Amino acid sequence: MTMPAIKAEATAMAIPTASPTSAAPVVTMTPKPAPRAEKYVKMGKEIAARVVPPLIVLALLMLFWELVCRRTGSTLPPPSRVFKDTKELIFDPFFDNGGIDKGLFWHLSASLQRVAYGYSIAAIVGIALGTLVGQSVWAMRGLDPLFQVLRTIPPLAWLPLSLAAFRDGQPSAIFVIFITSVWPIIINTAVGIRNIPQDYRNVAAVVQLNPLEFFSKIMIPAAAPYIFTGLRIGIGLSWLAIVAAEMLIGGVGIGFFIWDAWNSSHISEIILALFYVGIIGFVLDRLIAGLAKVVTRGTALN
Amino acid sequence: MQAYLKLDHIDKTFTRGNATTEVLKDISLTIAKGEYVSIIGHSGCGKSTLLNIVAGLTSATNGGVLLENREVNSPGPDRAVVFQNHSLLPWLTVYENVKLGVDKVFSSTKTRAERDAWVMHNLNLVQMAHARDKRPSEISGGMKQRVGIARALAMEPKVLLLDEPFGALDALTRAHLQDSVMALHQKLGNTILMITHDVDEAVLLSDRIVMMTNGPSARIGEVLEVPLARPRKRLELATNPGYLKCRQRVLEFLYERHRFVEAA
Repeated sequence: MTMPAIKAEATAMAIPTASPTSAAPVVTMTPKPAPRAEKYVKMGKEIAARVVPPLIVLALLMLFWELVCRRTGSTLPPPSRVFKDTKELIFDPFFDNGGIDKGLFWHLSASLQRVAYGYSIAAIVGIALGTLVGQSVWAMRGLDPLFQVLRTIPPLAWLPLSLAAFRDGQPSAIFVIFITSVWPIIINTAVGIRNIPQDYRNVAAVVQLNPLEFFSKIMIPAAAPYIFTGLRIGIGLSWLAIVAAEMLIGGVGIGFFIWDAWNSSHISEIILALFYVGIIGFVLDRLIAGLAKVVTRGTALN
Repeated sequence: MQAYLKLDHIDKTFTRGNATTEVLKDISLTIAKGEYVSIIGHSGCGKSTLLNIVAGLTSATNGGVLLENREVNSPGPDRAVVFQNHSLLPWLTVYENVKLGVDKVFSSTKTRAERDAWVMHNLNLVQMAHARDKRPSEISGGMKQRVGIARALAMEPKVLLLDEPFGALDALTRAHLQDSVMALHQKLGNTILMITHDVDEAVLLSDRIVMMTNGPSARIGEVLEVPLARPRKRLELATNPGYLKCRQRVLEFLYERHRFVEAA
């Protein structure tokens, strides 16, 4: 439906340039920017086609929410109220009054830091264990049943145990992140390694790659699409787990910020925090997906 | 005849659970240096298994393979394989695929610059230098197979093993690649062992054709010398009585005396 519009515009631009070319030298310059402008118009339309529908849906939802929560006696604040209540938090995310009275930036960065530690350890351990399980039949027989049982344990169930072991909130939270995100990484890596075509193994054998070269030059690239699937699920799970874990361990962090807001009945702050948590989870997922695209360029599934 | 590659009384039995299947029975074959030998037989007769045994990718149950009078039982670059489905690594470029083998084989004997030149030399041999930075997914099937051949040649193998190298290609591309392989054999004088199920291909390319009986327990049924002068030209051979006679012999063997029997 948008196509005729673009075409009409293009011809409209082309017509005036055609006739006066011989008359004035200035006019001959016009054909050059024309296709570029056309390109921008086209690009703008494409972007608009992606951005406008979600914006409309969002606006409608906000309107609905506003109408529902506006009535007196409603338990949740309408969006206008949320904005009014949290204006300070939105526009000054960097304040620091000591203790846990800090701007949202500090809470979020503390949470992200925990996720970064836990997730990095999970990525390293997960890929290593996944490789072992994928490569060795005996390792698989020994470890796979264990993994299948352990991975069903909810993240928070590990928290009391890790608190008992570490006797400190910070390492316990990191451990919970680790234990949550490590399973999908292990399992997907193992599947990826197991699915390496025999042909590639034959090539490696003929060329006589040593085990280390085989690992870095054949296994990891061949299993990369699977590994990244695991990594992507893992980052999602760790972001899910951190909020719950932080509610229990306290201190600086977006999870405890939400819990604290609930205890002080600042419902608007909870809503703002949820909004940030959602956006950051989305960005983390996109980051890993983007990384996967760069690393496995063109070979995602051959 | 001076033996260069020798297959010595090879038996191969596969065991799965309690069932054992004898695939190959008493295969003995002597190949001279520079010779082009084809192994032809119906599908399932174990010819690929035989090639894998020579490559060292599968081990023989009895007997063994001797290369220059030394037993070989593990894979190595001295017996480079061109695989049926090219087996290029999709995450590497054409250049990097060839370089993988070159870097390993010549790590101590060639400098970095020499290895680079050697990779390009081999890509030039198969006329693929123009695609050095392309990935396998960006080139055609015939081109992939050319790169596969370059990768094998670049390892300077004592014996080049071709496992139905043209099987997955269309007829025109296949003819083109057969001509290329003939030209390379003429130029470099490699010893080549090729698996095929194409009678014309076998007669056109080989000095000798080894015909296998049907499995299980496949044996060498007959060995045919192809007394055609090289270089051979496809079009001229089409009417050459010597060529037609060889072709006839292979066809008779495959379709009369050892007709393919559908497994019951």
